[in-house]
Amino acid sequence: MDFSQQLSQYLLSGLATGAIYALIGLGFAIIYNSTGIINFAQGEFVMLGGMFGVYFYTVHQFPLVAALLLAVLCAAASGVAFERLAIRPMRRAPPLGLVIITIGGSILVRGIAMLVWGKDTHALPGFSGDEPIILSGATLLPQHLWIFALTVLLIIANKLFFQYTITGKALRACAVNQRAAGLVGIDVRRMVMFSFLLASGMGALAGIIVAPLTMTSYDVGIMLGLKGFCAAIIGGMSNGIGTVLGGLLLGVLEALGAGLISSGYKDAVTFIILLLILFLRPQGLFSRGESERV
Amino acid sequence: MRRELIKFALFAAVVLVIPATIKGGYLLNVLVFVGINTMLAVGLNLLLGFAGQISLGQAAFYGLGAYLSGILTATYGWNPWTAMAVAAIAVGILAFVIGFPILKLKGHYLAMATLGFGIIIYIVFNEYVDVTGGPSGFSGVPGLSLGDLHFDSDLKSYYLIWTMALLVMLLAVNLTQSRIGRALRAIHDSEVAARVLGVNARLLKVQVFTCSAIISGLAGSLYAHTVTFISPSTFGFHFSVELLTMVIIGGLGSIYGSCLGAALLTLLPEFLRTFQDYDIVVYGLLLIIMTMFLPGGLVQGFELLWMGMRRLRPGRAGRNA
Amino acid sequence: MLDIHGITCVFGGLTALDDVSFSARSGEITGVIGPNGAGKTTLLNIITGIYTRTAGRITLDGRDISGLPPERLTRLGLVRTFQNIELFGKMSVLENVMVGLHTRSRSGFLACACKLPHHLREERRIREQALELLEFVGIVDLAGTAAANLPFGKGRLLEIARALAVQPRIMLMDEPAAGLNSRETWQLGDLIRKIRETGVTVVLVEHDMELVMDICDAIVVLNLGKKLAEGTPRQIQENPEVIAAYLGDE
Repeated sequence: MDFSQQLSQYLLSGLATGAIYALIGLGFAIIYNSTGIINFAQGEFVMLGGMFGVYFYTVHQFPLVAALLLAVLCAAASGVAFERLAIRPMRRAPPLGLVIITIGGSILVRGIAMLVWGKDTHALPGFSGDEPIILSGATLLPQHLWIFALTVLLIIANKLFFQYTITGKALRACAVNQRAAGLVGIDVRRMVMFSFLLASGMGALAGIIVAPLTMTSYDVGIMLGLKGFCAAIIGGMSNGIGTVLGGLLLGVLEALGAGLISSGYKDAVTFIILLLILFLRPQGLFSRGESERV
Repeated sequence: MRRELIKFALFAAVVLVIPATIKGGYLLNVLVFVGINTMLAVGLNLLLGFAGQISLGQAAFYGLGAYLSGILTATYGWNPWTAMAVAAIAVGILAFVIGFPILKLKGHYLAMATLGFGIIIYIVFNEYVDVTGGPSGFSGVPGLSLGDLHFDSDLKSYYLIWTMALLVMLLAVNLTQSRIGRALRAIHDSEVAARVLGVNARLLKVQVFTCSAIISGLAGSLYAHTVTFISPSTFGFHFSVELLTMVIIGGLGSIYGSCLGAALLTLLPEFLRTFQDYDIVVYGLLLIIMTMFLPGGLVQGFELLWMGMRRLRPGRAGRNA
Repeated sequence: MLDIHGITCVFGGLTALDDVSFSARSGEITGVIGPNGAGKTTLLNIITGIYTRTAGRITLDGRDISGLPPERLTRLGLVRTFQNIELFGKMSVLENVMVGLHTRSRSGFLACACKLPHHLREERRIREQALELLEFVGIVDLAGTAAANLPFGKGRLLEIARALAVQPRIMLMDEPAAGLNSRETWQLGDLIRKIRETGVTVVLVEHDMELVMDICDAIVVLNLGKKLAEGTPRQIQENPEVIAAYLGDE
């Protein structure tokens, strides 16, 4: 395999994982924009998606689509439960309290997953088999195509939702100014709950479609969550194209780092990027203007 | 101020007498770790409870202290005490340097950044195999000794570690009652108002971050020389969360509370076998429940209980009369 | 002493301040008044480095201080109080003032942690100074109370004591009479005069016309982000433009 082939291989697998990070990052952005909270537990809902996926698809042999839907529903329901039980009662808490609550929630969800499903790593078979496809020298699994297709679909749906539906517009209004949104009759509390539903659902889907490639276990949430956060930070916490680009960029850089430097340090690459961006451009790579994030 | 001193003297006396009252060598061994965790929790509490700045990277400083001490002594043959001092200074310098950019961040962003930093260090412990021994660990760290006194038994280690832990606690208590402690609490309450009064919030935050990192580094060195074997899994994200839980349980801003939290979270898993399987569930629940219902931690809970009982007492006397 | 040169501040499309200039003379009380939305608090936030200005310059004794962060300004002798008082609620009244003395003490981490003798002396000194300041504003009897438990009026006095603790040469007060009853306002007026007598220059941003007319040596009137008039209380009272701004154009 010559170098350019190798490069296209890295690029393809990088884009696939990047798509996953983008979906997770969008979840971060949605919740941040409606509540001002960075939901530390976001990664755990990604994990839940994967685990529920394994549970319904492999253990209970549900048909694929049903398993997908059920898993996303279950994870989204956990997201809503988390909002109702932990976030909503703490609305007036000092910021530090909220940070600790979300960390606690993240650990709790992970712990419960460990109790229910054990500490083993679970594999999910590829949705359309594991027969590799050769594409201009690079090997591609059918699962990669699933990831690309579903991600594109989801991003378009997301865009349409925020642009054209009344709920989407209400969510955007909350992001701009919660008080004003409340004054014009938007039920802000329902919108917050809705944003948790949306974010955990999206995260869960990401967790399911990536599971056939990377396997899944109770503790994958933290890494996936952090990487999704990194994508959202690169995108400046926008729930739009910025975060998607951020995710893809991160995925590609990570794949290149793993391939050209060392696979052991590939996660370190991500976190160095995360720190650099937080230090130097906390407003994201693609946005101009000052940010209040620092 | 005098009352604080008496309180501390009483506490120290209890700590020093404990070994005489217990027989089991195993319990003593666990109490050594309570001492180390107390240092770590006090260090985090200075940052979290007083200055109001979160860190999920404490385990990294702890690990750096342990690995630097271990490598300098086992690989390069340094004297353990010199290695300990050098490790503490190195950890302090690192914390000071990254402190400036990292503490510009607030709240969740600070949590994420310190977590990211912690994971980078954790990856280095695992991957820099030639130096750290990688995931299988690093062994052969020499024990500590003072002249002919070798700290090779649990009892001797107990006194060594608790002397250090008590010293750290005393210094921390003093610090929190001084102008520095007041300024830190002021930053926590209202950073703008503190800055308007001339408090250099940015520098102070970095300084207290450095302080807590040095304490963690020292604890790491002590750990390495006491256990003589170190491996990356001790210094991961899980442990940073455990430390956070210790501080929250004990009470934000209470030095003695941190000791209580460290004792609870170190002793419980040892004596409740089932606890080990549920540990992260318990940590998660504790973090949420304490923050919601008892943000001042157990120490505040005791105070409330005490005041409640005092209020009840005259009532009961009245009934009897 | 404090000179404001052509300060302009634009938020998005809104011009909050438009080319405002005036001076506060040393040893005087300068009042800044104006109807709601005139830009008074914005001006104060710009002077104290909390907002950034779009154009203009601020000098203190001829030295350019525009855009300096608040802690630097304090070290140069400029301090402010807040409209909705910003006390350190969990700390005692005495400790609040002792934080104000932070810049007047210099023990480092090590000295504090080890209780070195010079630190203990310093600690005693700032405790005494803090008590004197509480005496000065008249709330020394509340020294041990948690600041969060103070009634609003006393909280305001504490904030003033705390600001005086940094030994400022000039003190900017943001609506100190807001939320006070008439008796408290009257006492506040006396206190501000007393502060001037100790040699501190005061800039008073205020709504309460009676208080301003009573104690100020000079007054600046802002309206809709522009300077409308400047002069002694008597001149201002007789200025037709000011009267029109307050009563509305007929």
